[in-house]
Amino acid sequence: MEMKISDNDVLLDCRNIWKIFGARAPAAVKAVSERGLSKKQVLQEFDCVVGVADASLQLCRGEIFCVMGLSGSGKSTLVRLFNRLIEPSLGTVTVKGREISGLNAAELRDMRARTIGMVFQSVALLPHRTVLENAAFGLEVRGIAKEKRNQIALAALEKVGLSDWTARYPSELSGGMQQRVGLARAFASDPEIILMDEPFSALDPLIRKQLQDEFRQLTKSLGKSSVFITHDLDEAIRIGDRIAIMKDGVIVQVGTAEEIVTKPADDYVADFVAGISRIHLVKAHSVMKPVAEFRAEQPNCDVDALLRTTPDADIGELIDLTMRSDSDAVAVVHDGKIVGVVTIRGLLRGVAGTPAEARAAA
Amino acid sequence: MNFEMFRFSPGAYLAPAVDWLNANFHPVFDAIAKTVESVLVSFESALLFPPAYVVILAAALAAGYFTTVRVALVVLVSLGFCLLAGLWTACMQTVALVVVAVFVSVLIAFPLGVLASRHKRLEVGLRPILDVMQTVPPWVYLIPAVMVFSLGRVPATIATIVYGIPPMLRLTTLAFNQVPKPLVEMGQAIGAPTRSILFKIEIPSAMPTLIVGLNQCILLSLAMVVLAGLVGGGGLGAEVTRGLTRMEMGLGLRAGLSIVAVAILLDRVSKGALQTRRRRPS
Repeated sequence: MEMKISDNDVLLDCRNIWKIFGARAPAAVKAVSERGLSKKQVLQEFDCVVGVADASLQLCRGEIFCVMGLSGSGKSTLVRLFNRLIEPSLGTVTVKGREISGLNAAELRDMRARTIGMVFQSVALLPHRTVLENAAFGLEVRGIAKEKRNQIALAALEKVGLSDWTARYPSELSGGMQQRVGLARAFASDPEIILMDEPFSALDPLIRKQLQDEFRQLTKSLGKSSVFITHDLDEAIRIGDRIAIMKDGVIVQVGTAEEIVTKPADDYVADFVAGISRIHLVKAHSVMKPVAEFRAEQPNCDVDALLRTTPDADIGELIDLTMRSDSDAVAVVHDGKIVGVVTIRGLLRGVAGTPAEARAAA
Repeated sequence: MNFEMFRFSPGAYLAPAVDWLNANFHPVFDAIAKTVESVLVSFESALLFPPAYVVILAAALAAGYFTTVRVALVVLVSLGFCLLAGLWTACMQTVALVVVAVFVSVLIAFPLGVLASRHKRLEVGLRPILDVMQTVPPWVYLIPAVMVFSLGRVPATIATIVYGIPPMLRLTTLAFNQVPKPLVEMGQAIGAPTRSILFKIEIPSAMPTLIVGLNQCILLSLAMVVLAGLVGGGGLGAEVTRGLTRMEMGLGLRAGLSIVAVAILLDRVSKGALQTRRRRPS
């Protein structure tokens, strides 16, 4: 199940990055790199706030990577380090093999215009410009001729379903539609990476869900990659291929939704995922038991006669299968071979999750 | 105890400084005076050369074409009033003086205001200077101007320029401080050059407050131009001064109302010219 990551596929590589805010930030940075101070020590010794501490992550081509954290966790700072809206105090960010701290002003502008798009929570539409002019703004500042840029912007607006609204002004649009314009503006520049800074947080739940699905579908169909910042774990699970959980500037855990839900790295993450419905997240491979163990427990049961499923079947599907089956177990088959058995007990444990004591013991 | 010793008298230091400047930088001031004078004269004669009704009609048509019909009507009525009040020449002199002074004021105040918004230290340093400049009575501005440039239109223009700078500068800084940060950040994130961010994001967002600043600059300049009648600034100021010294109620009133007409004219035209670019639905 491990995702194979070759170096060619890593679009954005961020290694051991720190951002320290405060009057004595340079001294604090020096102390961190030389003495390896913790966040708390930095605050005590230098009166500096650590926004992001020693964060590393890789964004692969075609991937949507969610960074989830509560307000003040440093996630918005982190995403601004990726396009150098904020300069990192320590560490490196490499975009498509080029370290961005080495770019001069013109190269940085070019990278932002062509490679890394961004969508903001505040939408940031220009109120005195029409929807079309807003969507074409990125192309306009790059000096692309009016006719050409309007054509591209119109195509982008069509993708987000706003082609009838081109002549309107942002104030005439609802919040959801405004954010669609923000998306169209980002897609019009055709960047490979799109940074999403809590784009849907201010929208009402139904519209948010709709936009989440559209965004994921659009990003996948256009082959884009995205770092998606959110404070909402449901959103992260719905959208993200992988999820990073941030707390107080530190990335606590990185993994797929299933990994985070089934194997939380610490109590903080465990508390977070406690309320998440696991029915569609937890898959057969994490609730099945080895065939030998099953045979030892139930020698009378013929494993080969059980209904079969794949390791990727989620708990919902497994329950359906079990209901249809004569026996109380389902066989999990991978490459034509039975690799495990899911029992009713296993399903129940999968739905309820592993309690903290059992996790600690494991 | 003799408190006379401690009396604070900045004039005692300023007057010699002005004298020294006068003695050593005479060619510079002379050049400034000649430039201001020639710009004023050419602008004035352009306004006064054609018959009055031609100027009024041309101005109204231009206003109607570039701005709105309402502004055109305001132009027609205010200039018509000046003509009918019998003060056409004085009005045009005043308009020329104010337009030139405001133009130079904005030229100085706008970039300084933008810089002050970018660099907080400059803003903090400028604040007390602006406070003093805005609190000192306008008559006082005329004294050094006359000392350096003697009587006439040139010291009037210089004093008006200096008097018009503080409101424009202050409101420019305010306008740029009020530009929503996310919009500027969006410009940076989209890869826009600094120039595009200034002209396509910051100035349009700052425009409503900038218009207020320009409006303040125009009205204060007009007030100063009228006061400058005392030092031979000519125009409507001279008429008001004449009305005052001779106790001629009729002349004073006509000149006063003409000033109101010119004020409305300049205000509406400048607003109209800056606002029609923003085709926002109301």
